[in-house]
Amino acid sequence: MTEWTGTISMKRIRKLGYLFKEGVRNMFTHGFMSFAAICVTVACLVIIGSFSSILYNLSRMVKTLERENQITAFIDDSYDEQTAKTVETAIRRLDNIREANFVSRKEAGRRFIEQQGGGEAYQGIDEKTFSDRVVITLEDNSKMAETVALVEQIHGVDHVNAREELAEGFTTLQRVLNIASAAIILILLIVSLFMISNTIKLAMYDRRDEIGIMKMVGATNRFIRFPYMVEGFLIGVIAAALAFFIDWGIYNLIAKQIQNVDALKLFDIVPFSKLLLPMIATFGAAGLFVGIFGSVMSIRKFLDV
Amino acid sequence: MIEFKNVTMVYDQGNRALENVSLKIDDGEFVFLVGPSGSGKSTIIRLLTAELEPTSGSISVNGYQLDRIKSRQIPYLRRTVGVIFQDFRLIENKTVFDNVAFSMRVVGASNKQIKKRVPYVLDLVGLENRGRRYPTELSGGEQQRVAIARALVNNPSMIIADEPTGNLDPVRSYEIMMLLERINALGTTVVVVTHERELVNRFTKRVIAIDEGNVINDGMDGYYINEEN
Repeated sequence: MTEWTGTISMKRIRKLGYLFKEGVRNMFTHGFMSFAAICVTVACLVIIGSFSSILYNLSRMVKTLERENQITAFIDDSYDEQTAKTVETAIRRLDNIREANFVSRKEAGRRFIEQQGGGEAYQGIDEKTFSDRVVITLEDNSKMAETVALVEQIHGVDHVNAREELAEGFTTLQRVLNIASAAIILILLIVSLFMISNTIKLAMYDRRDEIGIMKMVGATNRFIRFPYMVEGFLIGVIAAALAFFIDWGIYNLIAKQIQNVDALKLFDIVPFSKLLLPMIATFGAAGLFVGIFGSVMSIRKFLDV
Repeated sequence: MIEFKNVTMVYDQGNRALENVSLKIDDGEFVFLVGPSGSGKSTIIRLLTAELEPTSGSISVNGYQLDRIKSRQIPYLRRTVGVIFQDFRLIENKTVFDNVAFSMRVVGASNKQIKKRVPYVLDLVGLENRGRRYPTELSGGEQQRVAIARALVNNPSMIIADEPTGNLDPVRSYEIMMLLERINALGTTVVVVTHERELVNRFTKRVIAIDEGNVINDGMDGYYINEEN
């Protein structure tokens, strides 16, 4: 046998360099199959991305609505304004409180009249008709009952007004949305992986003779697999980048359309710039995962020679 | 060196391909393995390259015990055995040079080593000016020479040729056999599997005849010569 010079590590570096180049070359020499794999991956990622952004916006809207479901703690009428304000501080110290704002009886009266359209009929109402109060927004509405109980125990709180059934409704809606999002995204991911894996399998089938030759001349499984992983990686990255820009375009187009229709202005669409980082991270990870995992899974059966 | 001791091979479907076969091929020998289609020749090749595991018996090839070889050792066994096929099995989108160099890449040879060794081997098989061509631009005989060069390039101790002349005309077939004989003269063990009676008869070599999974003749005079006489 020929005595090769050089150390094992040099050999490894050389091999890696060669295998990386082979992976890049393979992508171009099997251009049509690479193109097909990229198209399938882009299609799957665009669908997943669109669903995710729709679900994210829906979830955000529900959260906004949920936040509007405030609870009000009415303060004992015997308290003067100065003493009543200490209740606000005590409420703020509790867990699960996002915001707690003191509203004096005078301010409450003014707001009431304003809500009624400022009609003259209400102008004479005595401010004593109203109580000092603290308007509270919770961090987590699913714990509303527990928080209300704690607020009621605070000295100076006369009674608490809370719409617990509404909070429960929002909590259920939020939970359903979360489960539905997770299920839809999971199903789409599985379908994508299946489609991408089949496309790559087709590409591998096209190259089964080549793999057989590699095995026959003494290539290890790792040596054979590496260029396909590089190829899968590149396909994943290209597909993820393309899908990202396509989704960006679609998202902005739809957001613009919604803003142009008066009836839909109620929907507060999150600007894409806010989704940029999570989208890049998700697309990158999904692209790499399906690219590399798809290649490795597909090549397995062809390595058994 | 190849040694089969009481090797039996039964496929999953129950087809008995080899029945208690024992044979030994020493280093540096040139052996024809002959027999009709379905006699068990291809099974022997697949056993020699560890594509199959024998049902019973032991097989030793170049120091590797194939009946208990580990999967991770198989690539290293295959590097000591150059295999040539009837259908050449070249990678069509690689040039002749790259097809031959490919075997060296597998063992981690440097570009410098490849640039020195590949032209030498191409010259040895008579393809010194064909390095930049693609396999489809070559004749059948030339493609088989590329396959021989690829099998030779890592300097294996043994070449196994499975019907190497099956797709060639008689003149090219003879040339390929002469080339294999030359390679054998340089010290490489050569095992040629064939069913071409006339070609075997033109060479005075050891012939192992297989039929229905059994060795029915093994000698220098050759099975076909005996049959004719």
